[in-house]
Amino acid sequence: MEIREYPRFFALMLPAAIIFIAFFAVPMMRLAVVGATGEEGFSAYTSMVTTPRHFESMVATVLLSFGVTIAALVVSTVAGLFLVRNRFWGRETLISMLTFPLAFPGVVIGFLVILLAGRQGLIGTVTNALIGDKLVFAYSMAGLFIGYLYFSIPRVILTIMAAAEKLDPALEEAARSLGASPWRVVCDVILPALKPGLIASGAICFATSMGAFGTAFTLATNIDVLPMTIYTEFTLNANIASAASLSIILGLVTWIALFIARSLSGSTVAASA
Amino acid sequence: MNSDTTAITLTACAKTFGDGTRALDPVNLEVEGGETVVLLGPSGCGKTTLLRIIAGLEMPDSGGRVQFNNEDVTERLIEKRNVGMVFQSYALFPNMTVAENVAYGLRVRKMATADIDARVEEMLNMMHITELQHRGIDQLSGGQRQRVALARAIAVRPRVLLLDEPLTALDALLRDRLRVEIDALLRSLGITSIYVTHDQAEAMALGDRIVVMSQGRIAQIGSPRDIYHRPANDFVAGFVGTVNRLPASLLTGSPAAPSGEVMFRPEEAEIVTTKEAHFVGRVTSVFFLGDRTRLILDGGGEVPVVIESALREVIEVGAEVAIRIRPGGFMEFNANAREASA
Amino acid sequence: MQRRGIFISQLIFTLLVCAFLIVPVILSALAGVTENFFFGLKSGLTLRWIGEVWGLYADTIYLSLLIAISCLAVTLLIGVPAAYVLARIGGRTARFIEETIVLPVAVPGLAIALALIIMYGGFRDFRSSWVFILVGHVLYTLPFMVRSVLAVLSSMNFRELEEGAASLGASFWQRFWTVVLPNAKSGILAGSLMVVTLSVGEFNLTWMLHTPITKTLPVGLADSYASMRLEIASAYTLVFFVMIVPLLIGMQILSRDGRRSRKVQEDSPADIEQLNFKRPVTGSTDT
Repeated sequence: MEIREYPRFFALMLPAAIIFIAFFAVPMMRLAVVGATGEEGFSAYTSMVTTPRHFESMVATVLLSFGVTIAALVVSTVAGLFLVRNRFWGRETLISMLTFPLAFPGVVIGFLVILLAGRQGLIGTVTNALIGDKLVFAYSMAGLFIGYLYFSIPRVILTIMAAAEKLDPALEEAARSLGASPWRVVCDVILPALKPGLIASGAICFATSMGAFGTAFTLATNIDVLPMTIYTEFTLNANIASAASLSIILGLVTWIALFIARSLSGSTVAASA
Repeated sequence: MNSDTTAITLTACAKTFGDGTRALDPVNLEVEGGETVVLLGPSGCGKTTLLRIIAGLEMPDSGGRVQFNNEDVTERLIEKRNVGMVFQSYALFPNMTVAENVAYGLRVRKMATADIDARVEEMLNMMHITELQHRGIDQLSGGQRQRVALARAIAVRPRVLLLDEPLTALDALLRDRLRVEIDALLRSLGITSIYVTHDQAEAMALGDRIVVMSQGRIAQIGSPRDIYHRPANDFVAGFVGTVNRLPASLLTGSPAAPSGEVMFRPEEAEIVTTKEAHFVGRVTSVFFLGDRTRLILDGGGEVPVVIESALREVIEVGAEVAIRIRPGGFMEFNANAREASA
Repeated sequence: MQRRGIFISQLIFTLLVCAFLIVPVILSALAGVTENFFFGLKSGLTLRWIGEVWGLYADTIYLSLLIAISCLAVTLLIGVPAAYVLARIGGRTARFIEETIVLPVAVPGLAIALALIIMYGGFRDFRSSWVFILVGHVLYTLPFMVRSVLAVLSSMNFRELEEGAASLGASFWQRFWTVVLPNAKSGILAGSLMVVTLSVGEFNLTWMLHTPITKTLPVGLADSYASMRLEIASAYTLVFFVMIVPLLIGMQILSRDGRRSRKVQEDSPADIEQLNFKRPVTGSTDT
């Protein structure tokens, strides 16, 4: 790179740099500082562990995100592998339909969950007709779970399909020639080869679920996931410091998860909800 | 020699890259107007760096100077040097058709549209690609792309034509044919040309003079015959062909060898009777190459002797063969050959 | 036989997953045009809910479009040059800068919004204008534009193209406009679709940043889910779908084109024959 080009490069990057510094870097640092201005000072950052409500909120969010990640990985691996390794009429359409919901915001997904499992929901009507009892679970953890699963599957499937396309068929054929059953081939050859892709997309799924706000917002206010806790601290309790410190912690956790994902896959990260 | 041509002079041009790699030690080179000079050497020898310094894509380290016809162009970027450059992978613009690619340099110079069209047509005709003019470049074969790249570079009437391994990306048969074409083209254009390659056959065929380079330095400058028959050192001798080096003691009746060693190329050996022989050996391998046969002989030296013979008789492995080196076939290193200009 | 069975069961599973994702969408679309959701389709189809949505929320639709287009303009202006620089610099520095630009995607929108409010909330005019929301959107969508363009530039040897253009006399800006940008088109297009789609659907940031006079479509949606009857909420959602479905289809078409492989042309014997010169090349001697 010729040295004489550096000034030009600098000038070309300057607008982006200014916007980033002025509207992200500096405000976030201020946020971190504000997080420490509450009554507890810097120990607000450890309030995570000390305040029962915050702690429970964190635990609930982590468990939920983890559960969704596992479920999404399982479902997407089965469906994704199937789609990559089989050609049939309508395949492209199926893939389109599965990746459609990628751009739906969390609020809309929450609404769709209500349509499915709310008081007037489809599932409620069906179960009412079948067993005489309306099954309504939209406004509970189960509903949240369904909603998170809804926006996770498209993301995870895309990543898994991309990884599956790179699998070397020769490895499988070698295993089969040595007598391995289809199930063994999956366990011994396919899953290990997919492992980086699985971890990467799992981390993305986890990060997105941790930070998801819109879905929980629509579904109810008495479900305690961390983003909702932050929201109520800010708007209802006007506890800016607490909201700030929790936000920073949440940001750190999601960033670490995404960093793991990127260093394992090196490809574009799908949007969050 | 056409007085419209551009002579190139490089003085003390060296290049060290930002990460500390020393690509080129200080080099002096004089190229006459209208001459075709080939920079020949293995990868990493600095030949491409030297070409890029002439082009204006790299600046020489301080103290280095580049002159076109006594005009100092060292500080000038490539955009202002009016050179024509053909890149190794051709650098054709995928977003333009063949005709648009060829016209590009002319459009940049803001020529009148009618003039551009005329010149483009002339170039397309010259390179026999008129019927391709509306095609996208992803629809072209390797040989076709090469011709478009040449047409584009020549269209702007450059003072100097620079070619960076233009035939390396093509397969062998095409390469041989295109070598002839490029040679004819360069001769008819009469333009000063610098050609980079690692293929010695290409260099010998195309160059008026060859600059053999190794590890950032010039090993020898000379005509193809000079380089081949009077190499400056071991590296040059071995790079342009096979060389046999034997202790003089192994030969009978050979001319005096001050260094105690004699050198000759495989094709200088004749198969003769034992009486007239300089050397006798036993055949360990035979390679029939079509137009000649290569024999590996073991005559007691540390390394085997390689000879080539056009004889039609079949010689078996294990046979005893006596050879004599033709008059003038013994080579010596030409210590005065370094840095010599024409 | 066993393979067929596996195929069938996997197909059914995949179809079920598909149904899980698509059925609610269809349900919602239908609910938006049904007289009364409780009675289902029996109550008849109508457009009156959509009409009511328009009356209530037209301004949110306009604002979302305004912000999305502005966001696109800004990310194009600052993102494309940035991607170019990153492609040129390469190496660890470029990766580091890329990681930094991606931060606003990693950090939850809630946190970013909070930070912006704490920092700039005091500037009344700024705080209550749509530009405040735009800022958040730009931060969030910029990485996608940059990544998209960077991916395309990295996959082709654009440096050599630039050198080719420079050898023909083109200055930096001439090269940028005539050679670099046209060949980065697919990345710019994909990035643009991504930016617009994300901006139209953005909620996490926008909910915190909005004011009663700067409501975007997703904000309006959340409103309607909380306070309006199901049919209106569904109709509103339907309007949203209609807006983003073309964008999603566009993105899928682009990604499908990208997957198609290129055919390599071979030199035909005829080509090679043609090069055998019987006469010397007679170009003009003035070159």
